[in-house]
Amino acid sequence: MKILVCISKAPDTTAKIAFTDGNTKFDEAGVQFIVNPYDEWYALVRGLELKEANGGTVTVLNVGGADSDPIIRKALAIGADDAVRIDAETTDALYVAKQIANYAKENGFDMVLSGKETIDYNGSQIGGMVAELMDVPYVSLASKLEMNGNTAIIEREIEGGVEVIEVNGPFVLSAAKGMAEARIPNMRGIMAARSKPLTVVAASDESSATVIKGFTLPPEKSGCKYVDTAEELVALLHNEAKAI
Amino acid sequence: MSVLIYADSNNGALTKNAFEAANYGAQLAQATGTDAIAVVAGTASGLEELGKYGVSKVMHVSDASLDNFDPQKIAHVVAQATSVTGADTIVFAHDYTGKSVAPRLSAKLDAGLVSGAIALPNGNVVKKAVFSGKAFAEIEITTAIKIISVLPNSVDKLEIEGSATVEAFSVDLPSTGITVKEIKKESTELSLTEADIVVSAGRGLKGPENWGMVEELAKELGAATACSRPVADIGWRPHHEHVGQTGLAIRPNLYIAAGISGAIQHLAGVNGSKVIVVINTDAEAPFFKAADYGIVGYAFEILPQMLEAIKKLKA
Ligand SMILES: Cc1cc2nc3c(=O)[nH]c(=O)nc-3n(C[C@H](O)[C@H](O)[C@H](O)COP(=O)(O)OP(=O)(O)OC[C@H]3O[C@@H](n4cnc5c(N)ncnc54)[C@H](O)[C@@H]3O)c2cc1C
Repeated sequence: MKILVCISKAPDTTAKIAFTDGNTKFDEAGVQFIVNPYDEWYALVRGLELKEANGGTVTVLNVGGADSDPIIRKALAIGADDAVRIDAETTDALYVAKQIANYAKENGFDMVLSGKETIDYNGSQIGGMVAELMDVPYVSLASKLEMNGNTAIIEREIEGGVEVIEVNGPFVLSAAKGMAEARIPNMRGIMAARSKPLTVVAASDESSATVIKGFTLPPEKSGCKYVDTAEELVALLHNEAKAI
Repeated sequence: MSVLIYADSNNGALTKNAFEAANYGAQLAQATGTDAIAVVAGTASGLEELGKYGVSKVMHVSDASLDNFDPQKIAHVVAQATSVTGADTIVFAHDYTGKSVAPRLSAKLDAGLVSGAIALPNGNVVKKAVFSGKAFAEIEITTAIKIISVLPNSVDKLEIEGSATVEAFSVDLPSTGITVKEIKKESTELSLTEADIVVSAGRGLKGPENWGMVEELAKELGAATACSRPVADIGWRPHHEHVGQTGLAIRPNLYIAAGISGAIQHLAGVNGSKVIVVINTDAEAPFFKAADYGIVGYAFEILPQMLEAIKKLKA
């Protein structure tokens, strides 16, 4: 089984969110970057579990610059066999998806896994775009993935429940909570990651379809109103906030 | 030139999100002096209802093979409808279906997509929340055809008088490798993402045996229950109740948090709530900075007292 896991670089969840260049760029000063949690905890770990059970390989793929290499090494330390970085400045989701799809089509994979969204742009777009470009099924927000021969049995979240889906042939999936438990790389994994192959390939010439004009921060809360008793609170929620 | 809306249906009826998307599309069409046309896939009735939301025409592909989840087929249907109507803007709801179909359509038509829009576009520029609600971005779509998916519960509804004609629309569907085997409903409990009120609790509740007071308060308020991540991780509560940056993102009208410190990752999933109430023994708990109302005190005392006060209010 050939498994491709797409990972993206995301600011640490505690990072201070600030902008530069007239509020058009995320301020990376002092920000620590991590593997996007959904990609790492769910997509990558489930890919590794499937490989461990059925044999095969797990390749991680990142579209980005050399500043992505540390997070790629982290994915290798967790257990991926090899890594590919498509050397590009990521302009928008469609551009990134085209890069991934071009690579995946050329190299043939049984499945392409990613997280359900990135924690920076919260787009939930890449997986669906890649699937369309590859002309294969896409299952979004999947919480369970089992293989039965060439058939994948997948559960995906829907409003108020889950749907069980069967897919035959190659597919793309975006992973949500429930898919797997996060793994912490051990010393051996970290040492091994240093010598695993990380191939850098040139980006293909593709266009993007959106451009970020600017960022704003949400207005500050006007301040917390402290009350002493539950009764007072309920009265305020009823009369002032009109929330109950 | 027109605005095309994909109106999703479930079990033969249009969804709440479908009407929201329709209304968003109709407001946009009105602002730009064009028509709002909806496309519906699969068995569904009551489609004229869309007229009350500002849609003038509904194109209905009633093929029953569209009744089950298959984003490949739906994207194909919407692409066909786009070409027939010459629409230059396509609107989805940013829900489970929209997240599956809109990106496919974007790649199919090579059209820019902004997902999770929280306001009507300003020209070609669309506003959405980024960094898990910690900031907003204004994103310009630079392609001739534009796709927007609207975050549920985020754009005010505008009454638009009118009626819609419903026309059959036939499309040759591609064959795909996907089959729906079963649909499992979680339970009859209120869905967290749809709930108006959410009562949530964290490690400050000390143990699963103390959740009775959370559930009782939620029941009295017609609310859903939620929890912080460690509480789900230790197994005090089911995983599907975990809210935050790595769990569910919710935006209820009222979010009541008891015994939750308000870590940045927790806030990221709830900061879209309209009113936030925090109950915590520690006056320095970071959650108070994000709260509208706060009580410094023991959850074990405050939650039962709130229940009593609400019962009294109702009586
Ligand atoms: C990458 C990453 C992602 C994460 N994602 C999430 C996420 O999605 N969601 C999430 O919730 N967390 C997430 N976390 C964890 C987060 O950082 C916090 O650790 C977590 O939210 C704390 O949970 P808590 O508030 O229940 O517990 P604690 O931090 O232990 O806080 C308990 C609070 O209860 C108060 N308290 C104690 N006793 C009482 C009492 N009797 N009555 C009232 N108050 C009392 C205490 O003063 C304290 O403020 C994430 C962390 C990381 C690193």
